[in-house]
Amino acid sequence: MASDGASDGASDGAKEGGLGEVAAKALGNRSFVIGGVLTGVLIVVALVSLVWTPYSVIDMDIAGKLRVPSAAHWFGTDQFGRDVFSMMMVGAQNSIAVSLVAVGVGAGFGVPLGALAAARGGWLDETVMRFNDFAFAFPAVLSAVMITALAGPGAVNSIIAIGIFNIPVFARLTRGGALAIWKREFVMAARVAGKNAVRITVEHILPNVASILIVQATIQFALAILAEAGLSYLGLGTQPPQPSWGKMLNEAQTLMFLAPQLAIFPGVAIVLTVLGLNLLGDGLRDVLDPRLRRLR
Amino acid sequence: MRKLFYGLAAAAALATLAAQAEAAKDTITLGMQLEPPHLDPTAGAAAAIDEVTYANIFEGLTRIDQNGGVKPALAESWTISDDGLVYTFKLHKGVKFHDGTDMDSADVKFSLERAMDEKSTNAQKGLFKPISKVEAPDASTVVVTLSQPTGRFLFNMGWGDAVVVAPESAEGNKTNPVGTGPFKFKNWTKGDRLTIERNPNYWGTAVKLKSATFKFISDPAAATAAVLAGDVDAFPGFPAPEALAQFKSDPRLKVVVGSTEGETILSTNNKSKYFSDVRVRRAMAHAIDRQAIIDGAMFGYGTPIGSHFAPHHPAYVDLTGMYPYDLAKAKALLAEAGYPNGFKARLHLPPPSYARRGGEIIAAQLAKIGIQLEIIPVEWAQWLKAVFKGYDYDLTIVSHTEPMDIGIYARDSYYFQYDSPEFKALMKKLDMATDEKTQYDILRQAQRKLAEDAVNGFLFQLAKTGVWNAKLRGLWPNSPTQANDLTGVYWVD
Repeated sequence: MASDGASDGASDGAKEGGLGEVAAKALGNRSFVIGGVLTGVLIVVALVSLVWTPYSVIDMDIAGKLRVPSAAHWFGTDQFGRDVFSMMMVGAQNSIAVSLVAVGVGAGFGVPLGALAAARGGWLDETVMRFNDFAFAFPAVLSAVMITALAGPGAVNSIIAIGIFNIPVFARLTRGGALAIWKREFVMAARVAGKNAVRITVEHILPNVASILIVQATIQFALAILAEAGLSYLGLGTQPPQPSWGKMLNEAQTLMFLAPQLAIFPGVAIVLTVLGLNLLGDGLRDVLDPRLRRLR
Repeated sequence: MRKLFYGLAAAAALATLAAQAEAAKDTITLGMQLEPPHLDPTAGAAAAIDEVTYANIFEGLTRIDQNGGVKPALAESWTISDDGLVYTFKLHKGVKFHDGTDMDSADVKFSLERAMDEKSTNAQKGLFKPISKVEAPDASTVVVTLSQPTGRFLFNMGWGDAVVVAPESAEGNKTNPVGTGPFKFKNWTKGDRLTIERNPNYWGTAVKLKSATFKFISDPAAATAAVLAGDVDAFPGFPAPEALAQFKSDPRLKVVVGSTEGETILSTNNKSKYFSDVRVRRAMAHAIDRQAIIDGAMFGYGTPIGSHFAPHHPAYVDLTGMYPYDLAKAKALLAEAGYPNGFKARLHLPPPSYARRGGEIIAAQLAKIGIQLEIIPVEWAQWLKAVFKGYDYDLTIVSHTEPMDIGIYARDSYYFQYDSPEFKALMKKLDMATDEKTQYDILRQAQRKLAEDAVNGFLFQLAKTGVWNAKLRGLWPNSPTQANDLTGVYWVD
């Protein structure tokens, strides 16, 4: 494994080994496997909730409120008699959807900005990166709270808010990675061959920074799930009746002594999801990052 | 040995000191969910203003006691002419405002005329409408002449909105309230707490408390924690009914469930697109299951109401059966109104849990007949601006905590936008009625009229769920008016 990595890392920066080799490496990496399984379960649950949940998440049964977990209601019922397991399933879907779009927004704007800054340099680079610093200087969740407070609470606004604080992360990372690659011989060769900056960026720069971006994306995804839960917990994110883990936690708060399970289930779900994504990110980095492999 | 003796003596002294401090506790920290926007009860509708100032800082001619009765306050006595039109009030002598100026008949005249004035910002102008003139023949006599007999005039003069203020200080009352009450304003840290302290120059019986602090805790979970930790000695309007069961089992605390004047209603914009049609409003009434809302949102605390009237009032009629829960009938009514597939509308929800939770339940209930409600949570300031003053809403949930406030339905401009000449005529008749029996008859008719028109969704009478330290005495169990009257509060061992 170690020797494998060393020989592989010695190859040129353009492509890192074959796909099969990466897959084998991935399966041997414990973080990647555990993270992958946890994330996989989350995705499967979310997908299933699109077509099926044990109960409706909107129908209330006040008479059957705050039931403890049983065969009929695996996770019990909430203060309105809704099935907590069904709400958790739809909550997973909600978390993934919000985070996916938010990270997409962050990468969609951040990566081109970073690549542009690296390709052009000079005043453009300065401007983009100073704006980045400005956005970066605000604590992420604080700026998200500010945006939703101004634009009004809701899932869409929270997506935008979380997306915006993802932009500088991706812009920075892309620029940093791209700058190093712009100095490499094969890029020089491409320039000598007459390719323009856009073409070089698309054909040579982006494929080489893709691995670090993917790793970062998994980590940002975990942060976005936390941010969504945080905003919903504060009442600024997903609005009722759409279930959300953060909102469930908020509502469970005053019911802690009556029905602690209402806080435990969404809490554990958030922990496991974030843990899973972080492990997956760690594993991916080990598998994809050539420098780390060289160090081993 | 001697050292030991001194040590013991010191310990004993300390213990006595501590015991004394315990016995002599003469301050109180009170939790309140809402913070007042300002402190002038004559210029605002927010209940929180009265909950700080009523009977503590400000006093009127009369006052409402904890049972809803009328008691003399600044007026020591009064006589009413036989035709019920002329009220002659004898004022207490030697009453001083907190700034040292004298309170006399000129101040009463000023206060009433200020509230009656066209430009008055008083939130309850209707209380002063029957007054035709106010005279002050001498320093301790006020003669109020009414244009028509008003049965509840003395009660009305006991509202927080009718307190007596001084011309010298009236303008500054929003930030530095100057009244005649047994407490005077000390300081206010916005967003956190407000402190009042004993007025040493009070004209009446001095209060037992040296000072009182109101702590504003809007979050129900934080309120629960504050009560359990003893950070507040009392939370008279506790916002999380689900925590009461736990408080009840705690020997340090006493849970008191009483009545309020709070009719909790699904306020409906009677001029909005869909809800201007009485069939739509009746369809809603048939689709709302009140008991489910009381159980789900209030954990069972609350009494169902069928109109805008408090169940503990002698003139109450039970109209909760007028629109039995019947989805088929509700759907039929909606179809008749031209919306067989329902429609989309907005539901603005202010912060209290009765609104936020009740709103979720109502949204789920109305969804069953096809009315899809978009839930819009708002802060109070937004609510007052957009809903209460701007009429920019379809539905909202709020508790109207003023006593005997059925008259709000006769107002020309009020946020329900219910414009009914018949109802206005009823209220006019009520004002003219002098004997109790006629008044009650008219009140019953008025309740029926509101229920028939299904003006709002009438949900439940808010219970007063209070929790306080078991050693505390004298707090009001019920809430006949918006108040945290601390004049009779004291600690026992």
